[in-house]
Amino acid sequence: MKYVDEYRDPIRLQQALADLRRRCSRRWVIMDVCGGQTHGLLRHGIEDAVSDVLELIHGPGCPVCVTPAEVIGDALHIARDPRVILATFGDMLRVPGPQGSLLQLRARGADVRTMLSPVDAVSWAIQHPDREVVLFAVGFETTAPATALAILQARELGVKNFSVLAHHVRVEPAMRAIASSPESRIQGFLAAGHVCTVTGYAGYEQLAQACRLPVVITGFEPLDLVEGLRACVESLERRDSSVVNPYARWARKEGNPAARQLIDRVFVTTTLPWRGMGRIIDGGLQLRGDFQDYDARMRFEVPPASLHCTEDACLSGEVLSGRLKPPECPLFGKACTPATPLGAPMVSFEGACAAYFHYGRTSETINA
Amino acid sequence: MCLGIPGRVLRWLDRSPLLACAEIEFGGITKRCHMACVPEAEPGDYVLVHAGLAITILDAVAAETTLATLDRATRDSNVTGDTSV
Amino acid sequence: MPDPPFEPVCSIPQFVDADCITLAYGEGGWLTRRFLRERILSRFDNAVLRAMHDAAVLDPTSPRIAVTTDSYTVSPLFFAGGDIGQLAVYGTVNDLAVAGARPRWITLAMIIEEGTAWAAIDAILDSVQAAALVTGVAIVAGDTKVVPRGVVDGVFLNTTGIGEVGASGPMGMGALSAGDAILVTGPIGQHGAAILCARESFEFDPPPVSDCAPLAGPLQRLWDSRLPVRCARDATRGGVAAVLHEWSQASELGITVEEAALPVRPGVRAVCELLGLDPIHLACEGTCVLAVDRTAADAVLQLLRCEGDMPLASAVGEVTPSRSTPVRIVRSMGRAVPLDEPAGSPLPRIC
Repeated sequence: MKYVDEYRDPIRLQQALADLRRRCSRRWVIMDVCGGQTHGLLRHGIEDAVSDVLELIHGPGCPVCVTPAEVIGDALHIARDPRVILATFGDMLRVPGPQGSLLQLRARGADVRTMLSPVDAVSWAIQHPDREVVLFAVGFETTAPATALAILQARELGVKNFSVLAHHVRVEPAMRAIASSPESRIQGFLAAGHVCTVTGYAGYEQLAQACRLPVVITGFEPLDLVEGLRACVESLERRDSSVVNPYARWARKEGNPAARQLIDRVFVTTTLPWRGMGRIIDGGLQLRGDFQDYDARMRFEVPPASLHCTEDACLSGEVLSGRLKPPECPLFGKACTPATPLGAPMVSFEGACAAYFHYGRTSETINA
Repeated sequence: MCLGIPGRVLRWLDRSPLLACAEIEFGGITKRCHMACVPEAEPGDYVLVHAGLAITILDAVAAETTLATLDRATRDSNVTGDTSV
Repeated sequence: MPDPPFEPVCSIPQFVDADCITLAYGEGGWLTRRFLRERILSRFDNAVLRAMHDAAVLDPTSPRIAVTTDSYTVSPLFFAGGDIGQLAVYGTVNDLAVAGARPRWITLAMIIEEGTAWAAIDAILDSVQAAALVTGVAIVAGDTKVVPRGVVDGVFLNTTGIGEVGASGPMGMGALSAGDAILVTGPIGQHGAAILCARESFEFDPPPVSDCAPLAGPLQRLWDSRLPVRCARDATRGGVAAVLHEWSQASELGITVEEAALPVRPGVRAVCELLGLDPIHLACEGTCVLAVDRTAADAVLQLLRCEGDMPLASAVGEVTPSRSTPVRIVRSMGRAVPLDEPAGSPLPRIC
């Protein structure tokens, strides 16, 4: 596939890796913000290949991971209504909420369906006029435009049996919260490249200056990841805390104004909880007042969230903020595995803990 | 992450602002994708598709430059290819 | 078979439905008999079945027989590249073939949801008939139940296959040794991709097509060649990854495969990229994994490609002595990383 295969080319990868390693005069501490990057770094053995010259800390993870258990509880509450078709992303189905997962609820008869796009849910509402289709929408700014588009399409087409349970989060405030924590050890950030295709990266310049650390807009293919690390190390070695963008083929400084406009038409910035990290100021999006009609929480009279969940013993907050590596958690691989996840980072394939479980346990060089 | 896959715009199916969609080709298969965020895309352009929605158009020059820069950097640094780590 | 002595000329209308099957067809009596005569015997006629005993009596020529049983609950019943009938026959035949047995006989039990269209039932039975013909197996026993709506999803099939074990075949998992070559007989992940897209209504053009196909012919030629094959397993649920994990656990050896060596059709690759899946975790129904003595790997590949009509058969990895990292995969970075064991059915990812 064009614009994919070039970035998996083994020869280029070896050369870029060698170049990266040569540039490291000391063991810098770099955080990859996005779960997809964590996944890629481990899946391709990049972390293993650089662990002697760089310390990688895996950040807040994917949007599925950071969705609080109580929000999943709301989804379970809504999906129990026999009128409801709950539409969501495949990786959301296994995430444990306060009383099990959506997959478990589906096994007991709830109509929970996997969608490829939030807009699919609008089509389902049109196909099933006798049902209530609820879009359980999570995601960073990358995904929010698709949810916004679904809502705007539903309004344009006069689809009444459609509503949204949304928990969209904003990445930059979470990065700011992590970087400005006094315990933070992070010296540089790999920013989530696909978020930046929408938001742009002007906002990161202030973050880079304020926290005095370089921010590199980074993609997800192995070469993008190695390039992101290399650019970050280059900045660190020069003591340069600015924003650089080796992912310019897709991400531009101004982002995508049309996508941002979709978000702004439907959502406003708000303070929202991230699973394991607590409430993050401006860390999420909520529906604007004139879209309350589409708020599933109101339509289905969702009770105030019960805060009891299985996370008590789970140290995901420490893991998500980079203070603890997953294998350092006493529950890792024992009480908490991908088959029996306690906290969100063990749930999604790309969650920091699951990624470690799958790829990080042991690996070695074949051609060393 | 946000799983984003590059595809090539084959043809527009609808150019109205909210219902915009096009047929996109990904490595030999095609899929209808929503195009509300890339109204300026034309057939032949590559777009990045996430959750069924094209969110950005490829900057082909930047893509060339990135790879060329990378190849030049590694050539200049005279790497032998031995990366035993 | 003697003709039924009496069959009402004037059928009672509520029992019979022109378009679809009803509970009455599973209740014994003349409707059941008619079903057997018109839909089963007419298609699968053979001496054993014609005897209509309570049990089929078989005459194996080999002193050793192999038996396998499998239930098929695939949804949807019809998918690109096959249907449940073909899947049941080929799946059962393939289980016999990878065990080194020549498939001879098969049983066919059907549990049918009332209201299932006759057209669908006939299409499935036609497909069973065609698959049995292709693989040279006789349907020698069967059973049909009709259950109330909602109890099963359309049609469930259960097949038991009986094969004759020849003088040569795979040695068994106990024979796996470090250094053995791991081969796959064809492109991987096609059935899993086809079913996932069909079941979830994920629309791609063209849709991924199942590889549902019989392996008995080419594998029989392989067994006849007496090349040193350690073990063979068709890579169904959980895909190639599941087979590798099973072998590794049984043998307490490691297995390392090369991603770049795995044959994957472009359409499957693209679907996997779009859904965030790995073809090594997706089911195959016409591809199996072989472990062979490394010195014979080329000869096995040559035989499969040239005589076995398996042009994409490939060497994809090797058995390693390591127990600490049981199954690993080498991706583009050239480093072996653990390959996870599939758990549950694959779900498309957004992240």
